[in-house]
Amino acid sequence: MSGSRAPTLNARQFSLVCASVLAAVLPHMSWLPLWLTALMLALLAGRWLQRQRDTRRIPTWIRLPLVVLFPLLVIVHYGNIFGREPGAALACAMIVLKLLETETRRDARAAVCFASFVLMSALLFNTDLSLTLLLLGALALLLATLRALDPRPADAPIAAWRPALLQELRAGAFALLAAMPLALCAFVFFPRLDAPLWRTPGDDIGRTGVGDSMAPGSIQQLLIDDSPAFRVGFDAAPPPRAQLYWRGPVLTDFDGTTWKRRDAGVARPNPDPGGATTTRYEVTLEPTDKPWLFALDLPLDAPADALRGNDMTLMRRRPVNELLRYRASSILHYRFGAKLNAAQRNAALALPDGFDPRSVELAQGWRRDLGNDDAIVRAALDLFHNAFFYTLSPPPLGRDSIDDFLISTRRGFCEHYAAAFVFLMRAAGIPARVVTGYLGGYFNAVGDYLIVRQSDAHAWAEIWLDGKGWTRIDPTASVSPQRIELGARAAAAGAGARWYQSDWIVGVRNQFDLINRGWNSIVVQFNALRQQSLLTPFGVDKADYATLIWALIGSSSVLLCLIALWVMRQPRRRLDPLDAAYDMLCRKLARAGAVRAPAEGPRDYAARAARHGSAQALLSDYVSLRYASAFPSGEAIAAFARAVRRMPAPRI
Amino acid sequence: MRAAFARRWSDLLVLAERRLPALTRLKRPETLPAILNRHRIYVLPTRFGLVFSLMLLVMMIGALNYNNNPAVLLTCLLGAAAYQSVFQAFAAINGLELHALKAQPCSAGDTLQLSIIFHSGASARRGLRLRREKALAGDAEIVFDTGANETKAIKAELPTLRRGWQPVGRIRVFSEYPFGLFQVWSWLNPDFQALVYPRAEAHAPPLPQAGGEAQTRIQHSAGDDLATLRDYRPSDPRRHIAWKASARHNTLLVKEFEQQRGHETVLDWYALDGLDYEARIARIAAWVGRAEAAQTPYLIVLPHTRIGPALGAEHRHVCLRELALMPEVAT
Repeated sequence: MSGSRAPTLNARQFSLVCASVLAAVLPHMSWLPLWLTALMLALLAGRWLQRQRDTRRIPTWIRLPLVVLFPLLVIVHYGNIFGREPGAALACAMIVLKLLETETRRDARAAVCFASFVLMSALLFNTDLSLTLLLLGALALLLATLRALDPRPADAPIAAWRPALLQELRAGAFALLAAMPLALCAFVFFPRLDAPLWRTPGDDIGRTGVGDSMAPGSIQQLLIDDSPAFRVGFDAAPPPRAQLYWRGPVLTDFDGTTWKRRDAGVARPNPDPGGATTTRYEVTLEPTDKPWLFALDLPLDAPADALRGNDMTLMRRRPVNELLRYRASSILHYRFGAKLNAAQRNAALALPDGFDPRSVELAQGWRRDLGNDDAIVRAALDLFHNAFFYTLSPPPLGRDSIDDFLISTRRGFCEHYAAAFVFLMRAAGIPARVVTGYLGGYFNAVGDYLIVRQSDAHAWAEIWLDGKGWTRIDPTASVSPQRIELGARAAAAGAGARWYQSDWIVGVRNQFDLINRGWNSIVVQFNALRQQSLLTPFGVDKADYATLIWALIGSSSVLLCLIALWVMRQPRRRLDPLDAAYDMLCRKLARAGAVRAPAEGPRDYAARAARHGSAQALLSDYVSLRYASAFPSGEAIAAFARAVRRMPAPRI
Repeated sequence: MRAAFARRWSDLLVLAERRLPALTRLKRPETLPAILNRHRIYVLPTRFGLVFSLMLLVMMIGALNYNNNPAVLLTCLLGAAAYQSVFQAFAAINGLELHALKAQPCSAGDTLQLSIIFHSGASARRGLRLRREKALAGDAEIVFDTGANETKAIKAELPTLRRGWQPVGRIRVFSEYPFGLFQVWSWLNPDFQALVYPRAEAHAPPLPQAGGEAQTRIQHSAGDDLATLRDYRPSDPRRHIAWKASARHNTLLVKEFEQQRGHETVLDWYALDGLDYEARIARIAAWVGRAEAAQTPYLIVLPHTRIGPALGAEHRHVCLRELALMPEVAT
């Protein structure tokens, strides 16, 4: 567009472009592999320093190998180039590489354009309010960069960089602020898709959450993770905390180290309610990338679009990749699985060969000595209660993990107790299995909902007793009753709580979650279904695409017209006060019949208007004010204007 | 291919100008001051603006596909901010007033120093740019800012080729402020022509000696001392008309000066018989410069007028101006 030789960026412009690129890749760093983050940061810093020193171009023999190397490294790391994670990693690498060849305004604009794309892609990994706000700030920076790229006069004074930067940032932020109304219109009315156009292949990002297997330490990762797992709104008053067992996958198969879920078929829709009251509630589950849904022990039926397994595990047909809201109802006092067939019984009694001989011996001793099931259960719980210690940082366990735990270390948390208890029960001939899920949650009284965090993850045991069916036993409770009453962190508090886990910070964080919940329910969960009901107040029952598009066009046109009118308003020309007074005089005389001809001077006009006595004097005043001096005094003009105003309207 | 396309395009423009008077209106020179308003401001997205909107579209489709509402929201926000920048761009040149143009005359072949005076109106403006319609090589675009209520003189250079009145031509005032996504522009075609003096002969011979044959032709024409008044003849210079005396006599009278011979140099058109038309002009222009440098009063004699004798910047200007405005003769 401009001359043949494009202008190169000055140092300040280049720094801003670097800052934009940094802002674009920064939100990705939480999940990018460490080596890539380090490499990108080094490249960015190196290029910035080089460009500050001189404006030489980076030779092709340096750039080209890097351009080839980065995709190769990404492919080697991820195994392929498609999918959310490798794609975004590659985009991050490319935007940093783009800086190497950024010299002209055109390059810089392309870089900023691409940076905004990279920035937005961070939302594919996380849709938190805090991240969105962070990205909003980054967008202001990007716009500020674009503004700073606009050509400047050659003789423009060079302002200090800080106020100059602040001015650009303010302009960028203002542009975003001014864009809010139009953006909201577009957000609300832009038609959402009922079904995605394409699916993401292998979105195997390592999201944490309770899964369908339990190896030593797997829950430990969760117990220190405070991100929300799900939120629950109860229809009535919430049940007491000690009954909030959120049932997840049931793990039956044990190979000596890992507990795994066994596919158990689909359950009949209704277990026997047993006269207990039904609790109804709505769960908003954060994305887990796993099919499991969580419900209070014991769910009465599967939510829409989900199944209930024979082990009372709720699962969806496809993984939960986005925030999911479902209704469920449960009974807290229940009885199920009155009859156990042979296959189920064998599975719930199976022990791995050649593992943990001393634990097997212990349990078989109990069976021999005590005989009945209840006594064996009590013996096991007594053992935990008397000699075991609850901690979130247990000592490591060897190959025979159950033996090590029961006999030597005797320290651990829910996963150890559940696993050891189930093992002992099986060895004693009682069918048993591990249930994973969450326990408790924090009730937010302001928002009237319960938030369950990953740190509330829990594992307990279920044993089958003749006549009672599957019965929940929580061995952790006998070791540390606080775990049930207060939560894992409070239970472990004696073992060195950190300053950032102090009560008031937890309180503030829990209140902040209220805002997050509002964000989730208003913005993140907006979908085609809710959009369709949007126009119900305006008499449109179900808004289809055409209606939505008309609404979009209509509302944004109104907004744009308002802005356009405001921008295009013609500033009223301020008339010279003397001319204004003269105009008024002429108008008054015109009403009396003496219309001044366009080319008529004041003297000729005065001669014609002579019969209006005072008019002649005023006209000659005007002549002397206008022509006698170049700069008539303000008072004289004001006096003239006053006289004109006071002049009685001449009679016709 | 490209040339054919350019020709087709210019044909189209000619047609458009004939058919759409609104577009051609500004082809005619306009009197100053001229204020840019919405009737004459045009807007189109830049190439970067198109690329940017394409990327917004891609982001929007991606966000919709994953039903990722925060991404939809931010994309809408970025899109709205980008789109609304068109208003800022418009406001950047709306109300700008081209106040006047000034030019210091120069010799043909030199660069004319042009002063384009803008008045900014009530608001400060940033990132305004100027370019002449038929930009010659090296005729770069000019970027300038104005403060609120500021009158700003923009220095521009205009290459000159020939003597006489040189039109400035159409000036494109445009801006891509703030984000470079839209270009708003307007054409200014000020009714202004800059005077270009004739090119002085590079290696002119020395000044002719005072006196000589030329003086016989001008014995009664001009001088310092007023001798008599005589009746007006059509070829007399207007400056010599004695207005007051004429008013008393009802006929035009002309002052007749006594020539003070030998004091001034006469630069006579008719003494340069051997040269062709333009060469004579160049020779006299060169001599005017020499005479000024030597501080010798000089008189120029041209086919239609004679000026002087006198000395000084004003006299030089009058002489060079007469030379510059000599009619063109096809030889």
